Amino acid sequence: MEQSYLETKGRIFNIQRFSIHDGPGVRTIVFLKGCPLRCRWCCNPESQEWHFENMVQGGVTKLVGRDVTVGEVLEEIARDRVYYRRSGFGGMTLSGGECLWQPEFSEALLRAAKEMGISTAIETTGYAEMDVIRRLLPYVDTVLMDIKHVDGEKHKEFTTRDNAKILENARQIAKEANCLVVRTPVIPTFNDTESDIRSIAEFAKSLGTVREMHLLPYHRIGSDKYAGLGRTYTMAHIEPPTKEKMQTLLSVVERVGLKGQIGG
Amino acid sequence: MKFYTEPIEKSPRIQKLVDALYEKMPQIEADRAVLLTESYMATEGEPIITRRAKAFRHILEHLPIVIRENELIVGAATRAPRGCQVFPEYSFEWLESEFDTVETRTADPFYISEETKQTLSKVYKYWKGKTTSELATSYMTDAAKIAIDHGMFTPGNYFYNGIGHLTVDYPKVLAVGYRGIIKEAKDARAKLSAGDADFAKRSHFLDAVIMSCEAAIAYAKRYSELAAQMAKTTADVRRRKELEEIAAVCREVPEYGAKSFREACQSFWFVQMLLQIESSGHSISPGRFDQYMYPYYKKDLDAGKLTREEAQELMDCIWVKLNDLNKVRDAASAEGFAGYSLFQNLIAGGQDKYGRDATNDLSFMSVTATEHVFLPQPSFSVRVWNGTPHEFLIRAAELTRTGIGFPAYYNDEVIIPALQSRGLTLEDARDYNIIGCVEPQKAAKTDGWHDAAFFNMCRPLELVFSNGKDKGVQIGPRTGEVETMRTYEEFENAYRAQMNYFIELLVNADNAIDVAHAERCPLPFQSSMVEDCIGRGKSLQEGGAIYNFTGPQGFGIANVTDGMYAVKKLVFEDKKYTLGFFKKALDANFGQEMDSQMAAKLTAQVAASIVASGKELTEEDIKTVYTTVKANKASDEEKKQYAALLADIQALPKFGNDEDEIDLFAREMAYTYTKPMESYKNPRGGIFQAGLYPVSANVPLGAQTGATPDGRLAFTPIADGVSPAAGRDVKGPTASANSVSRLDHYIASNGTLFNMKFHPSALEGRSGLESFAALVRGYFDQKGSHMQFNVVSRETLRDAQKHPEKYKSLVVRVAGYSALFTTLSKGLQEDIINRTEQQGF
Repeated sequence: MEQSYLETKGRIFNIQRFSIHDGPGVRTIVFLKGCPLRCRWCCNPESQEWHFENMVQGGVTKLVGRDVTVGEVLEEIARDRVYYRRSGFGGMTLSGGECLWQPEFSEALLRAAKEMGISTAIETTGYAEMDVIRRLLPYVDTVLMDIKHVDGEKHKEFTTRDNAKILENARQIAKEANCLVVRTPVIPTFNDTESDIRSIAEFAKSLGTVREMHLLPYHRIGSDKYAGLGRTYTMAHIEPPTKEKMQTLLSVVERVGLKGQIGG
Repeated sequence: MKFYTEPIEKSPRIQKLVDALYEKMPQIEADRAVLLTESYMATEGEPIITRRAKAFRHILEHLPIVIRENELIVGAATRAPRGCQVFPEYSFEWLESEFDTVETRTADPFYISEETKQTLSKVYKYWKGKTTSELATSYMTDAAKIAIDHGMFTPGNYFYNGIGHLTVDYPKVLAVGYRGIIKEAKDARAKLSAGDADFAKRSHFLDAVIMSCEAAIAYAKRYSELAAQMAKTTADVRRRKELEEIAAVCREVPEYGAKSFREACQSFWFVQMLLQIESSGHSISPGRFDQYMYPYYKKDLDAGKLTREEAQELMDCIWVKLNDLNKVRDAASAEGFAGYSLFQNLIAGGQDKYGRDATNDLSFMSVTATEHVFLPQPSFSVRVWNGTPHEFLIRAAELTRTGIGFPAYYNDEVIIPALQSRGLTLEDARDYNIIGCVEPQKAAKTDGWHDAAFFNMCRPLELVFSNGKDKGVQIGPRTGEVETMRTYEEFENAYRAQMNYFIELLVNADNAIDVAHAERCPLPFQSSMVEDCIGRGKSLQEGGAIYNFTGPQGFGIANVTDGMYAVKKLVFEDKKYTLGFFKKALDANFGQEMDSQMAAKLTAQVAASIVASGKELTEEDIKTVYTTVKANKASDEEKKQYAALLADIQALPKFGNDEDEIDLFAREMAYTYTKPMESYKNPRGGIFQAGLYPVSANVPLGAQTGATPDGRLAFTPIADGVSPAAGRDVKGPTASANSVSRLDHYIASNGTLFNMKFHPSALEGRSGLESFAALVRGYFDQKGSHMQFNVVSRETLRDAQKHPEKYKSLVVRVAGYSALFTTLSKGLQEDIINRTEQQGF
C-alpha cells in the first residue's frame, strides 16, 4: 500500500518526551523549526530561523535543526504510546517554531498519529492563511492558540507582526476545530494589566466555542540561548510576574466566564 | 465502590515514640549471647533441634523485658531502643575484631560498652569451631573460597548470619494462636509410630516446635505481668488504663486466636519480634498485612468497637516498633546493606488468590502509617495490576512525592506468571508478597533463600582481559589472551566461560552454607509457622517448606552491556582499536587520575594488607603508596590515545535510551547470568533462581572492580540493579523505562530492581501525580517487574552532606529499601546523588 506521506520531509530542532507540564497527560512534543513571528520574550529563540544554526550551551557548540521524515518522527512518537494511553489524554503536540509554516509535514504527521490512535495537539500563533490551517484541523484534537494582545499596534511592536490575521483566524478556527483553547503568555510591560487580560478574555469568550484560557507566566529560562546564538536578549531587565499577580489575572479571566488556568 | 480516602490525623503519641527511638546511637547488648551460651553448655550431646528449642526457651525466659514509654504495642528485643542482640552461633570473629571500630565506622555505627565487650569475649571462647560459618567454610571447595577472597561474589549474608528472608503464617497465629499450632504438632506427633524409619528425627523436631511455641506464650505472659505491675505504680490515670489493657491483651495473645484488631496487632508484633530473637536472619517480612489484618479491623469497625483513628494509631505503633529492631553486621556487609535496614517488607494492594483486586481500607492506612511515622521500616511496597484502583495508585504516588523512597511498586502481571514458571500454583502465585528488597514468594510456604549472594557481573569481564588471572593469581579458567581473539564470538564465549565457572563456584559456596545451617542452626520456632514443616516433621533448614529456592543476585548488566557492545563495535566492526589496546587502556584506567577519596581508600587497603603480612609501615611509606596509587603512570601520548578511546566509547549508544539494538543486547547479556543459574539445585530439594539487584553492594563491590570497557573508571560504582548506568540514560524517564522493560523480567524470578530518581518538580500538583502513575502503569504494561523512586533534589542531598545535623530524618531510597541519608557512607551518598535525575519537561 502507498504510504508516501510518511516520506514527507520536515525540519525540526527537538523532540521532547515525557513532557508533563505542557498540555494534558504525558506528551511528546515535536518542536518544528521556523516561525513568522519574533516575539521578544521567546524562550526558544533557536526555533525562529528556518536555517540551521550553531548554538553554544554550557561551552558546547551544537547544530540546531535537522531534516526528518514523518516516518522517523512517528517512530519516536510511537515509543511512548503506552504512557499516552495510561495518562488518559496524553499524546503528541506540535510546537515550534510554527507548525503552520510546514503544512505538508504537519498535516502528514498529524494524520499518521491519528491513524495510530494517538491524540494530537498543536501550539500555534495562528499566523497563516486559513486554507492552510484547514488542512490540519481534521487531524487535531486540541488547538492551543496564542492570543497575545487585542491591540494591533502593541502586538506588532512586540512580535513584529500585526494581529488582524490572527484574530480573524481565531474566529474561523473556533467554528471549525474540535477544541480551541486560547493561551496568553503574560509579559510584563506588554500585556500584564488587568485590562489587557480582560480584553483578551472577552475576545476569547466572543468566539463562542472557547471554554478555556491559559495564562502562561513570563519566565527567563531561555535567556541564555540568545547569547548562545550570538543575539541580544532585550528583556533581561524584566522580572517574572508574581504568583499573586497571576492569581489576580486568573480571576479576571474567570469573571469573564472562562475556565482559567495558570500554566500549560 | 469508593475507598475511604479522607486524611487520618497522626496521634501525638506517635511522634513521641519516634523521637524516643532516635535519641541515642543504637547499642550492642550481650544478654542473648550469654543466655544462648549457657543453654548450649547445658545441652552438649543432645540432638541439635532440641538444643535450639531449649536455647530459645532459655533466652525467652530470661531476656530482660521492657515496656517503653507511651507504647501500646509491646515487646522489645533489647533494653535500649534500636539496640541489637548478637548471634554467635552463626559467626562471631568479625565482631570481636571490630569491637574497637564498630562505634566509629562510617556505615551503621553501634555503641558497645566495655562491659559488653568483656562479656562477649568470654562467651565467644565457647563458640570457636561451633559456628555455621566455620562449618560452611569446611564444606566449600578451595576454588570457591579463592573466588570469594578475590571478590568475584560474596555469599556474606548467610555465611555470617541467619537466613531470614521469609514470611511466616501470621494469619494462622492470629486465628488459632500458638495453642493451635501446638495442637497441630501434637496431633502430628500422635500419628507417628515408634517403628517409623524417621521417627527419631520427626519426633524430636515436633517436640522442639511445641517447646518453642510454649516459650513464645510464656514470654508474652512476662509482658502481661510487667504491664500489670507497672499499672499499679503508675499515677497517670490514662497511662494506667493503657497498661492494664496491655496486660489483658498479652494474657490472651499470642497464646490464643485474636478476638479484636487490638489483639491482632499485638499478636502480629510478638511473631515479628520473636522470629528476630531466634535467628539473626533479616528480611523477616510481614508481607500482606492489609489482607490478614483486615477481617479483624472490619469486624471491630462494623461493631462500633474501633474507630479508624484508633486503628491507625495501632498500625502507626507497629510501624514504629519495626524500627526498634536492629542488627549489627560486619563492616563490609554494613556497606552492602547500609542504613541499619532490616528489610521487613510490608506490601499492600494487589490481587487475591482468585485474581480479584484485594485493595482495602488497610491498604490506604498502610500508606498513611508510612507517612505518619516516616522511618526506614517497614520497607513499604505496593502491588499493581490492571485492576488496581486509580485512587490507590495516586495515594501511593503522594507518598512517593514526599521523597521517602516508599513505596516500591511491583507488577502482578509479571511476578505471577514468573512464579508459576517456578512451579507455584496459580493461586499461590497470585497471593505473593515481597521479601526484603524485591524478592517475590508465597508466604508461609516458601524457604526462598533470597539474597543468597552478590554476583558482580563486571568481574568475569575483567578476567577475560587477564586470561583468568586476578592480582597475579590464576583464579578463573584460561579463556585465551585477548590479543589472539579474532572474532567477537570468541570474546563473548570467553566471557560466558568465565561467568559459568564462577556461577558454579557461587552455587558450591551457597550449598555449603545451606548444609551448614541445616546441621547447626535448624530453627524450630520459625518452622512452626511454615507449611509443611510440621507435616513433614522437619525444619525449614532441612527442606520442610513446600517451595524451596536459592536466589543469588547479579548486578552490573548495564556496564557489561555497554562494555561488550563497545568491544563489539569498536574492535570487531569498526576495527578502530585492538583488544590489546583496550586491555592496556583498562589497565591504565583510561589514563585518568583517581580522585583523592578513592585513592585514600585504596591506600588504606594496600596498607592493611602490608600490615597483615606482618611488615612495619611508616608514615612515609603510606605517602608513597598514596602518590603511586593516585598518579597515573601512562605517558602523555598514551593518555591522549586513551582519552580518544574513552570519547569513542562515550559516543556509542548506551543501554537506557530506548534503542532496540543495544537494549536487546542487554537482554542477552543478562541471560549470561540468569540462564546458567536455573540449572542448579539446592540441598533442600529446590532450584536456584536468579535475581537482578544489588541492594547497595554496587558501591563497595564497585570499589573492588577495575576499569571496564564501557568507560567506567576503576573503583567507581557499578550500575545498580537493572537500571541504566548512572548518567547514561539521557532521553527521559519513559525512554529509560522502555529500555529496562526489554530485559527478561520473568526469568529473573528472584526479583529485578529499577531505580529512578526524580526532581520534586516532576511530581508537582495533581497532574504530576497523574503522570507519575501513568509512568508506572506504562512500564508495567511493557512487563517491567519493579520500580522505585527517589524524589529529592540534588541540591538537598548536597546540603545534607554538608549539614547532616539538619537532615537527621531525611530518608532516601537506596536499593530495595530506604535508609536515613546521613547514616550512609560517603561513597553510597555520592552514588545516590549521581543517579540520573529525571525531570518532567
